[in-house]
Amino acid sequence: MLKNYFKIAIAILRRRKFFTFVSLFGISFTLATLLVLTAFIEKIVNDDYPDRKRARSLYLTGVEENGPQMMSSSSFSLSYVNRYIKTLKTPVNVAYYTGRVGTNTYHAGKKIGISFRYVNGSYWDILEFDFLEGRPFTATEVGNREKVAVITQGLKRKYFGENVNAVGQMIEADNQLFRVCGVVKDVPATTYMFNSDMYIPYTVAGNSETGKDFHGEYCAVLLGAAKSDLKAMQTEYDNVVRRLQPSDKGYTRVLSYADVYADAYLRTGNMSKPLKRWVYSIIGGFVFLLLFLPSVNLVNINLTRIMERSSEIAVRKAFGASSNTLVYQFVVENIILTLLGGLVGVVLAMVMLWIFNSAAIFDNVRLQLNPVVLGVGLIACFVFGFISGVYPAWRMSRMTIVKALKA
Amino acid sequence: MIKLHNIEKVYRTDTIETLALSGITLDVQQGEFLSVMGPSGCGKSTLLNIMGLLDEPSKGELTIAGQKIDRLSDQQLAHFRNKRLGFIFQSYHLINDLHVLDNVELPLLYRKVGAKERRRLATRALEKVGLSNRLKHFPTQLSGGQKQRVAIARAIVGEPEIILADEPTGNLDSAMGNEIMDILLQLNSRDNTTIVMVTHDEQMAKKTHRLVRLFDGTQVQ
Repeated sequence: MLKNYFKIAIAILRRRKFFTFVSLFGISFTLATLLVLTAFIEKIVNDDYPDRKRARSLYLTGVEENGPQMMSSSSFSLSYVNRYIKTLKTPVNVAYYTGRVGTNTYHAGKKIGISFRYVNGSYWDILEFDFLEGRPFTATEVGNREKVAVITQGLKRKYFGENVNAVGQMIEADNQLFRVCGVVKDVPATTYMFNSDMYIPYTVAGNSETGKDFHGEYCAVLLGAAKSDLKAMQTEYDNVVRRLQPSDKGYTRVLSYADVYADAYLRTGNMSKPLKRWVYSIIGGFVFLLLFLPSVNLVNINLTRIMERSSEIAVRKAFGASSNTLVYQFVVENIILTLLGGLVGVVLAMVMLWIFNSAAIFDNVRLQLNPVVLGVGLIACFVFGFISGVYPAWRMSRMTIVKALKA
Repeated sequence: MIKLHNIEKVYRTDTIETLALSGITLDVQQGEFLSVMGPSGCGKSTLLNIMGLLDEPSKGELTIAGQKIDRLSDQQLAHFRNKRLGFIFQSYHLINDLHVLDNVELPLLYRKVGAKERRRLATRALEKVGLSNRLKHFPTQLSGGQKQRVAIARAIVGEPEIILADEPTGNLDSAMGNEIMDILLQLNSRDNTTIVMVTHDEQMAKKTHRLVRLFDGTQVQ
């Protein structure tokens, strides 16, 4: 029977080419958009170079103090990191790093923009950078405040050129000279927390490691032994924050959180009013509209098509098809149509991703379809096919045979 | 085989009530070839539709093959039609997107007959109507007479006990009409199939066992 329905579905697609084009275009374009959007979100949220341990990591992006008349929100001071983050007992390791700082330097007659971060030694243990040359800086080098640096391949290319061994060479940034100890693969712009051209020991920055101020330039990553440690790490940090006294009498509350990656991403710069609910609602609403509007469109197209087939409906009923059988037939036909549209959508998505990757809109960001994304696409097709097929099919199956024969 | 007792059919709209059939009582015997005649709008097709369970009477009793047709579900009606009835329509009502063999297989599809067996039975039915050389043609590639033969093959493929034909020769010229009529007569005499045929053609009606005349929804002969 399925073969029969398949034959009919293909024959109907061939019959009214314009309707077929409109239907397939709607489905394929919608699906392609959904696939590209999912690929993008997946790129941001899931493990990505060099942050490959997200499943057992928590991210601390800052602290907020607020009071009736004033509010202050920023990353952490180094003294805060030393007193309240490094002292946590549950994490097996802690990395801390500053935000990205930009500077210009002049080398070989060229102006080169360089971004850099100050990081601690454990940064290289928690994050999995691919070293193309050399090595990360050691704890001794950090302790000795040595002016060493790990640079990215892109910076090496800009500063030293291709086919040059950069390790051991000197590079100028922020009016200081650093000895290159390692070269790593470029970090995608979407890994915004760790993306940079250059990484320097935090001890070189000369920030005060003592003092009572909470606010500064540092963020942190807590690494658990296993995913099951996340809750315990969060609880421990929450307890620490709860006991904090505001740094100024104008403040009444201190807020800081250890979040999983996606939540930290959405909480950035907004401790007390995280964007998480808004963002999920907006994404959910967008996806709903993306599926709903073409489905409604497809329902209308299907209603028209089905009305044209009323004679066929009547004959099928006359020869033994029940209403349920006909609903099943039309839903299957519609699912075949949407799967075809889905195939076109996958090809269209691949083209869109190729264009996106070729245009290099974001540095070092390459999107791709993967099993999760394709799975989402397949489910979307089935949902599409079902939603847009079931109502017209039900309407048609209710038509009396006599009326359908006369139609 | 078919018993109608005091059948009435009323069509209602918001403002008008039309009495299509009134007080029809009729017995059709097994193996009988019955013609139904009357002027346009007298209720012939309505009567046929009721017999074929394509429409419901407003009043009265209907019994087919010993089974009283009363408050059957959609599923039960579909099953009954599939097993016991075959239909031939004036406008053929073939599915243009399927070739001849697939059209004829249609009733067997709903009996969940396997593909090979469907093919065999459908081919045999087409051989009976002399169309075994048109299996993979589409209805749009056939003449009127050929289309009606396909429709007959579809009606008989499941070996139903009763065939209901609504002006089967109405869209055909006299030569083709005679050919179709011959096929129906053969089915009736050879296979003892009960046939009820609506027709405008007096000559065709004379070839059948019995003639029933309707006028304004009532039986006059």
